[in-house]
Amino acid sequence: MSVTSPFVTPSASTNRIMRDVIIALVPGTLAYIWFFGFGLLVNLVLAVAFALLIESAILLLRRRPLKPYLSDYSAVVTAWLLALCLPMHSPWWLVAVGVGFAMIFGKHLYGGLGFNPFNPAMVGYVVLLISFPREMTTWFLPHDISGDMLGLDEAIAYSLGLADPGQWDALTGATPLDEYKTNLGRNMMVSEIRQSPIFGDFGGIGWEWIANWWLLGGIYLLYTRTIRWHIPLAMLGSLLLISSAFYLVDPDSVASPGFHLFSGGAMLGAFFIATDPVSSSTTPVGRLLYAALIGVLVYIIRTWGSYPDGVAFAVLLANMCVPLIDQYTQPRVFGTHRPDDRT
Amino acid sequence: MSTNPGPFRFHGGLHLDDHKSESLTGEIVASSLPAQLVLRVSQHIGEPNKPLVKAGDRVSRYQPLATSNEAVSAPLHSPVDGSVVAIEPRPIAHPSGHDDLCIVIEPDAQQVTAESGGNSSSEPNDLLDIIRQAGIVGLGGAVFPTAAKLQTALEHGIRTLIINGAECEPYITCDHQLMNSEAPSIVRGIAILQQILQPEETLIGIEDNKASALPAMQQALDAAQLANTRIVTIPSVYPSGGEKQLIRILTGHEIASGSLAFADGFLTQNVGTCAALTDAVDLARPLVDRVVTVTGPGVRQPGNWRVPLGTPISHLVEQAGGYAVDQPRLIMGGPMMGLPLDSDAIPVVKATNCILVLDRKDQPKVAECVRCSQCAEVCPAQLLPQQLYWHSRARQFDLAEQYHLFDCIECGCCSAVCPSHLPLVQFYRYAKSEIWEQRRKAYKSDRSRRRHEFREARIARQKALDEERRRQKREALAKKKKAPKKVKSEVDPKAAAVQAALERVKARKQEQQVVPKNTDNLSAEQQRQIEAAEQRRNRERQDKP
Amino acid sequence: MVVLIAVLTLGFIAGSFGLILGYAALRFKVEGNPVVDQIDALLPQTQCGQCGFSGCRPYAEAIAGGEAPINQCPPGGENTIVALADLLDVEPMPLNEEHGEHNDLPLVAIIDEQTCIGCTLCIQACPVDAILGSAKHMHTVIADECTGCELCLPPCPVDCIDMVPVAQTLGDWKWSPPDETIGGLARVD
Repeated sequence: MSVTSPFVTPSASTNRIMRDVIIALVPGTLAYIWFFGFGLLVNLVLAVAFALLIESAILLLRRRPLKPYLSDYSAVVTAWLLALCLPMHSPWWLVAVGVGFAMIFGKHLYGGLGFNPFNPAMVGYVVLLISFPREMTTWFLPHDISGDMLGLDEAIAYSLGLADPGQWDALTGATPLDEYKTNLGRNMMVSEIRQSPIFGDFGGIGWEWIANWWLLGGIYLLYTRTIRWHIPLAMLGSLLLISSAFYLVDPDSVASPGFHLFSGGAMLGAFFIATDPVSSSTTPVGRLLYAALIGVLVYIIRTWGSYPDGVAFAVLLANMCVPLIDQYTQPRVFGTHRPDDRT
Repeated sequence: MSTNPGPFRFHGGLHLDDHKSESLTGEIVASSLPAQLVLRVSQHIGEPNKPLVKAGDRVSRYQPLATSNEAVSAPLHSPVDGSVVAIEPRPIAHPSGHDDLCIVIEPDAQQVTAESGGNSSSEPNDLLDIIRQAGIVGLGGAVFPTAAKLQTALEHGIRTLIINGAECEPYITCDHQLMNSEAPSIVRGIAILQQILQPEETLIGIEDNKASALPAMQQALDAAQLANTRIVTIPSVYPSGGEKQLIRILTGHEIASGSLAFADGFLTQNVGTCAALTDAVDLARPLVDRVVTVTGPGVRQPGNWRVPLGTPISHLVEQAGGYAVDQPRLIMGGPMMGLPLDSDAIPVVKATNCILVLDRKDQPKVAECVRCSQCAEVCPAQLLPQQLYWHSRARQFDLAEQYHLFDCIECGCCSAVCPSHLPLVQFYRYAKSEIWEQRRKAYKSDRSRRRHEFREARIARQKALDEERRRQKREALAKKKKAPKKVKSEVDPKAAAVQAALERVKARKQEQQVVPKNTDNLSAEQQRQIEAAEQRRNRERQDKP
Repeated sequence: MVVLIAVLTLGFIAGSFGLILGYAALRFKVEGNPVVDQIDALLPQTQCGQCGFSGCRPYAEAIAGGEAPINQCPPGGENTIVALADLLDVEPMPLNEEHGEHNDLPLVAIIDEQTCIGCTLCIQACPVDAILGSAKHMHTVIADECTGCELCLPPCPVDCIDMVPVAQTLGDWKWSPPDETIGGLARVD
């Protein structure tokens, strides 16, 4: 008899979870394309294509059937998140290498989905950031500011290396986080830094709107119970607390809490990256600690580290702490350590 | 430990579609008798029964058919007047799919045996005797012999008696219908329990989705005027009917991990068991039938029947209008914890609360665990099913035990929510049975080791004794060689010793005048032969050096 | 001069650690060889001698002394090999079939009472004293104590001992492990 209880049709399934995540990513992605052009679209298509290709190749090498593993959409989600982290007009090979690393070294060498200790998208991103600093720091300004935007065909040509990159130098510029880091380093006041036209209400023009959409997408995920509240709340909460603490002390030498929350990868990280169930903590208290750690690390790296944004490193560092966190935050089992027990 | 019917909750659990209305037809129908009743000889937890009858015997209704001498057992009685066709292994409801010994009875066309009057004693020991002899077991599904349970509870002392009317699993309505139709019988059963246990208070837990049962039970309770007894409405969450969960909901108290409820002064009984107690005490009826819900999308007319034990499931499905689907899946029990059955020839036993017939449809495919921890969110025992899964899968059973594998009540909440459709409960059952087998093997190998060591010690001791004796002999021989040779005329001390011994024996024999049994009534010839043999023997002894 | 100071410092550190280690070796010395007991606890105690040693304990001692590999016990099978590998922190290896095959179905000996002549040769052979009887009296195997080692079969002069599988009851039935194939069915019919 190889059938046992329970005999209920489960409503949830892994690929439905991944599809909900993709649905939640769409608004922010569209906003991104609206502000910054078709570069992201090209990267996205390339990333997803490479991800599926490389994952198929690995599965064949591992002698596994393709359909059950590919149909859980986890490769698509990883590729999408990685594409969102890359500069918008990255060369095609940058996308390929990043996705390849994410799939191979971030996921399959550990045994595939469910076995990887590190967030695969972040692994891919960090490898690219360290290996190709120039390509990874060539960011474009929103077209509101730069006045021009690449069309779809131009974006494709640029990505495939068929166009001369020099002609669009005028469209590139520092990201808001870049601005802060460089100019704070030159001992400028925050009030001076914010004179730059790239800033909006909280974060940068364009960027803060995209962050809004990540927030809304995250709320959608919470509503559909795809993710739980512990990680987003703890990560944004701890980031808010630590940035408020330093801001209250000296508002002119550090960025405001609002800026931190709505810039860079904070919103995307809180709802989409840190919530990756495989690499995050599994106990309720553990998740709070894990996410709080990420929030604090993001602030530390942004303020005193050498990189403008610290979400990727923070997530990977916290991933390393997960086994320890899980070990020591095990919930109390029913009937053990009861309040009126003498031990 | 004050008991307070406050809204206590337990961690986890699921809100399931209850599918109860299908089978709540408003009555319990008496099931018709099938052509043959197949009564499994042991229908309880504990020591197995042995049959008291043999093939070809005539039996009357309520006659005991099988019993055991052990305390944790419950006898089996015949539900009908009839004749025993055979006593042989037959398919039964067990996950292994193996057969077990069953008594097959063909009921008579006319059932004549009537019920006799009940007993009037209210002495706990008398009541316990009646309950034991009536073969009553826990009808909530655990089938633990009620008399043994009450005996242990009585010795320990019970503060709070809990009556389980929760029936939290979807589809099952036998307890609900029983409470609707036969509330006075249940309340009388509670009174009997109170006479035995003398608890300080009694709490009856009924889920709030049993709208019709609550007033019926309340009415019966008011009529009986039992002291310190009240009904507590509890929220409909699966598995609120689990004993530890129910105790927590009703009183806020947690039974310690690894311990039983009576250790903290609680005793739980199902409402169906209470009704069976009433029958046994007031009507002298042993446990020969029970209410069974037949339901599910796979039968045409779901409902509740009072079914004689041993009725094949096919007979029940027939009474429920027959199969409504081409490929039915038969389950004994509910959808969360029920046992799937291979065939509908399998008979109803004391544990059968429900026959659920589902449609065998497309099965979900298994994916990898993504560590989402939804399983831990719903576990009523507050375990980490994910860890139990990883360790059971890797056969690291000692780690699984450390994560409290044996606190798992196998409710199925974790498997029901898993997005990867992992067969979690199956892993835990597998791990538990492996650990039990390891313990059995360890016990056996310990015994073998001790026996082997004892044997080695015994042999070594024997060797040492032999060595000692040989050494002494060698010394004696050496001494003898050193001493001067004795003159032949002198008596050889050894031969002399032998002779002396023989004479002693002869003298003793003559004293006792022992007549060997086989030498009674001897003929003269035989006597002469014996004497000749004796003389030969004497000569040989003297001839020996 | 600097080199001299460096050499002296390192030498002093090395010397003091050496003294600490030496003291610890004496102060915390464990009598006997507890690993033999631990190995013996993992062996199935069949005392059959198939491993090439005269019992389970001698085999345990040989493993502890590095004289025998861990894969020579057929009754223990793969479970025992894996457990020994875990204990000794070595790689598990497949059972060395030259010592016999692992039999999943446990066997016990049974004496045919019609043929038994009461010679006690099997009683003397049984390593766990699982045969009851004495000279010129009927012999019988205590099935609960029999380990299935088969050492009683060769000595019997009338060949009246057979090995039969232990009856499997519902009590010692085990659940089989669930199918772990990804993409397989959650419930198989």
